Amino acid sequence: MSADGPIFAAGIDGGQPPQAAVARRRVGNRSRSLHERRDRVLRFALPIAVLVAGLAIWEAVVRTERIPPYVLPAPGLILRTLVNDWTLLWQSLVVTLLTTVEGFLLAAIGGVGLAIVFNQSPLVEYSLYPYAVILQVTPIVAIAPLLLIYLPQQAAVLACAWIVAFFPVLANTTLGLNSIDRNLADLFTLYGATRGQRLWNLKLPSALPYILGGLRIAGGLSLIGAVVAEIAAGSAGAGSGLAYRIAESGYRLNIPRMFAALLLLSITGIVIFYLLSLVNYFALRRWHESALQAGV
Amino acid sequence: MSDRGKTEHSGPPLILLRGVSKSFANGIDAIARLDLEVRHGEFLSLLGPSGCGKSTALRIIAGLTEPSTGEIEWHGAAPASAGETRIGFVFQEPTLMPWANIFDNVMLPLRLKRIPRTRAADRVNVALDRVGLQKFGGAYPRELSGGMRMRVSIARALITEPTLLLMDEPFAALDEITRFKLNNDLLELWQSLHTTVMFVTHSVFESVYLSSRIVVMTPRPGRVMTELAIDAPYPRDRNFRTSAEYAALCRRTSEALEQAMQAGTAQ
Repeated sequence: MSADGPIFAAGIDGGQPPQAAVARRRVGNRSRSLHERRDRVLRFALPIAVLVAGLAIWEAVVRTERIPPYVLPAPGLILRTLVNDWTLLWQSLVVTLLTTVEGFLLAAIGGVGLAIVFNQSPLVEYSLYPYAVILQVTPIVAIAPLLLIYLPQQAAVLACAWIVAFFPVLANTTLGLNSIDRNLADLFTLYGATRGQRLWNLKLPSALPYILGGLRIAGGLSLIGAVVAEIAAGSAGAGSGLAYRIAESGYRLNIPRMFAALLLLSITGIVIFYLLSLVNYFALRRWHESALQAGV
Repeated sequence: MSDRGKTEHSGPPLILLRGVSKSFANGIDAIARLDLEVRHGEFLSLLGPSGCGKSTALRIIAGLTEPSTGEIEWHGAAPASAGETRIGFVFQEPTLMPWANIFDNVMLPLRLKRIPRTRAADRVNVALDRVGLQKFGGAYPRELSGGMRMRVSIARALITEPTLLLMDEPFAALDEITRFKLNNDLLELWQSLHTTVMFVTHSVFESVYLSSRIVVMTPRPGRVMTELAIDAPYPRDRNFRTSAEYAALCRRTSEALEQAMQAGTAQ
């Protein structure tokens, strides 16, 4: 909520907090806030209801039609597999998660760093930007096998995660560094700010919402990059990440384990997304419009 | 508060603009052969219609824009470079950093001059006190009203104790009640700090109320049309705003502005 209403602008100008205005607003909005609360509950309850209904139908169909588990396992079986194979799946999850996190961190550092270099030196930007774009538009599935030839497997998987994740960070940070308030820039000129001060005190804070937006995309993408590379590596006969487990279970027709691993991957993706959203919210909640309305 | 007489407002010259012109790349002449003298301690308004180069003139004096021709001469101390803070600038928008709280926003000029926070803190508090926002140091710009944000902007401009305060239509976006209040506060600050103010506006009423001298400019290209001395004594208040003298001065200034606009279209 903004305290920028012209109604109490004059009141605040006397240096008095606008308590009366706030109180009035609260009373007037009681019915609306009730409506909002119901809306919020529905937002959580409805998707859960859909999930439960979907799983129930799935379970029922598998049982009544007597579909064998190697064709379509029932949700109950998938859950049991998840519990029974937990040690194996957990180890694989840790491997994939480590790759994803490393790829993400490298992408964050590389993307923000390169954007800063581009911003400070247009010559470097002209020289390198096209290649960053080429790296982005070439499908990662096609690059992965090549990387696996030239790099040790772990490094190749990491490189894949990095390649997919770094471009959105680079593009968003570049956009953010150029989206500064012209008047504020003039103010920095007026007070004789150095290049470093301008970057640190003006450009980077202005770019923060964009950088965080880029990171939110990069988190999901680095998981995708890691999975793609693991699958490519898995077909070459090595590896132990979650995606490799999926490929391996496929060869062995262990379909319940495929589903269990897939479920873990999805959950990992969701957790990454919400963690980054949380970071975004806490970094911006005091000042940026995007964090004021949306929440987490 | 001492009554600043006419003599005090026509102090020694502070800046001389000689034949200053500015043409932009798109071929528009913002100002042409502008001659202007700014005197120590005066409250000078540049009055003119939109697009008459008032803002450009301010930006040239601030060193934010290079003039195409002509020169700017500073009297007294050495000429100010863009980095030197003999100048405070208040833009039409408050132009605050949304990610920083009010305290840090006001401290920005000192921070850019690498003055340590412990030493700057007192000055920031004094500056916030001046504009009546001492309690709001921890608030963020979006939590304040438009008028309060403009006060923060003024506090920031004054924290370096500038010789010259440049204001580019600072109150244009505010409602009338807030604007009147800020007008009064600005006059008080001007009198207590003995600074020189150069104020750009397109409001006849605002310029008459505030200024000790008004320079009326012609549109496209901007040039000085007339100068009007506003001799009414300070402090000025509500009584002045409703006086016959104020009305007469406004009429005279309006007529001057009208002539300036006709001169602009005749060219």
